[in-house]
Amino acid sequence: MVRRVALFALLFLVGAVQESRAQQGPDELSRLLSTDTSIHQHQLTIATFKGVRVINGQSVENEAPGVLNFIILHRFGSVQNAFQDYFGLDNANTRFGFEYGVNPWLTIGVGRSSYQKEYDGLARVKLLRQTMDNHMPISLSYAGTVMVRSDKVELADSTKTYYFSNRMSYCNQLLIARKFSERLSLQLSPTHVHLNLVPDSRDANDVFALGIGGRLKLSNRIALTAEYFYRIPGTELLSSTYYNALSLGLDIETGGHIFQLHFSNSTGMSERTFVTQTADSWSKGGIHLGFNISRVFTIIKPKEFR
Amino acid sequence: MKKALIILLLTVVAVPTFARKFMSRTAKVTFFSATNLQNIEAKNNEGACLLDADSGVIEFIIPIRSFKFEKALMEEHFNENYMESDKFPKATFKGKVNGMSGVDFSKNGAYPVSVTGVMTIHGVDKKLTIGGTIMIKDRAPLIVSKFEVACADYNIDIPSVVAAKIAKTIEVTVNAPLKPLNR
Repeated sequence: MVRRVALFALLFLVGAVQESRAQQGPDELSRLLSTDTSIHQHQLTIATFKGVRVINGQSVENEAPGVLNFIILHRFGSVQNAFQDYFGLDNANTRFGFEYGVNPWLTIGVGRSSYQKEYDGLARVKLLRQTMDNHMPISLSYAGTVMVRSDKVELADSTKTYYFSNRMSYCNQLLIARKFSERLSLQLSPTHVHLNLVPDSRDANDVFALGIGGRLKLSNRIALTAEYFYRIPGTELLSSTYYNALSLGLDIETGGHIFQLHFSNSTGMSERTFVTQTADSWSKGGIHLGFNISRVFTIIKPKEFR
Repeated sequence: MKKALIILLLTVVAVPTFARKFMSRTAKVTFFSATNLQNIEAKNNEGACLLDADSGVIEFIIPIRSFKFEKALMEEHFNENYMESDKFPKATFKGKVNGMSGVDFSKNGAYPVSVTGVMTIHGVDKKLTIGGTIMIKDRAPLIVSKFEVACADYNIDIPSVVAAKIAKTIEVTVNAPLKPLNR
């Protein structure tokens, strides 16, 4: 009797062991990997924005290490004159720029805009990066820009000296972005622009603004973008009537190029111009067509391909 | 009777616990797309593989984000537009080695085998049989295989603008050095 009970117990045990083996089946590797905490933790979010500019303002994206980006920005005149200047296409400003990814967290760049023959240099530093598991919910970058206008300036008072420093202005920005989903990314850009020389004594030398930008992917290759720079009241330039820059655009990706097409009340391509001196207004028909084209070149290959 | 019970216990219960299992966390998976206009290569050194030498069950898990490309923009497009790695972070294979009994783990050598199972890429399952080789060296297996994957089979959409630059069939190479699994 005892033997029989023991035998049944044994058979039951064997059956149980066999069953647990069968359950281990094909998903064993998944379980082995899931218990291993050393891998793929806090994977970084990629492609918050398509390009390094949301529209006018810089985005939280950096160039990949060893990648050189050649960016052409083009801003046409206002569309309101219709056929007189072919909806502004006759009057255009252009900025040619290069950006280079020094390492995973630092991008440096130079550019030259035709408006007031302005040169600029920039550095964008990644401070925090959003992760897929929301361990870090946002990406944070700092962008610093130095701008120098090189056009000929005639002073009203010819006895005064126009110093080189008068040509310079600076911009400090924090770029705070979050990719909310595969489709939707938003960015806040607290911005400080310092102008060494302002047109009038009523004008503040330091202009503070809050930029807000976003992109909504319509498909894998096309996205809607929008951007608004709100100048904090009390810090604007008052000698002329300036407006907050509002831009709406479309990002189109084709193989190696990114093509950004947009409408904006601003024609500026540097922070000094589009944040502090946007002279046109959407409500008065001061709308400009513009585009950014970006083409990347791999200068230094990743280590796997050297 | 007691002896018989103990033997039964040892053969049925004990053997599975000492199953010869091998694992790799550094399986290399590369792929190559060749067209007249451009060749695209990607390398991944972070594949995981598990082989049960007794049952012949073999599993692969390949993290898509770990594929490295020569051009960063290609890597981004691969993840964002083609593989949609946010939605489908892994490619997997689960199958069984045909002719596992012919592989002698105590003898160095190359044993040609085939595996039959289910490949999952981009969220699409496909049952298939793939040829490969199990190379035994010092009782540890190295799994080597080369096969082709058709993008269309896995609903990987290639738009007409770039169709001439991306091959319709991608050549995949697997090189998985396995080590005994310690528990």
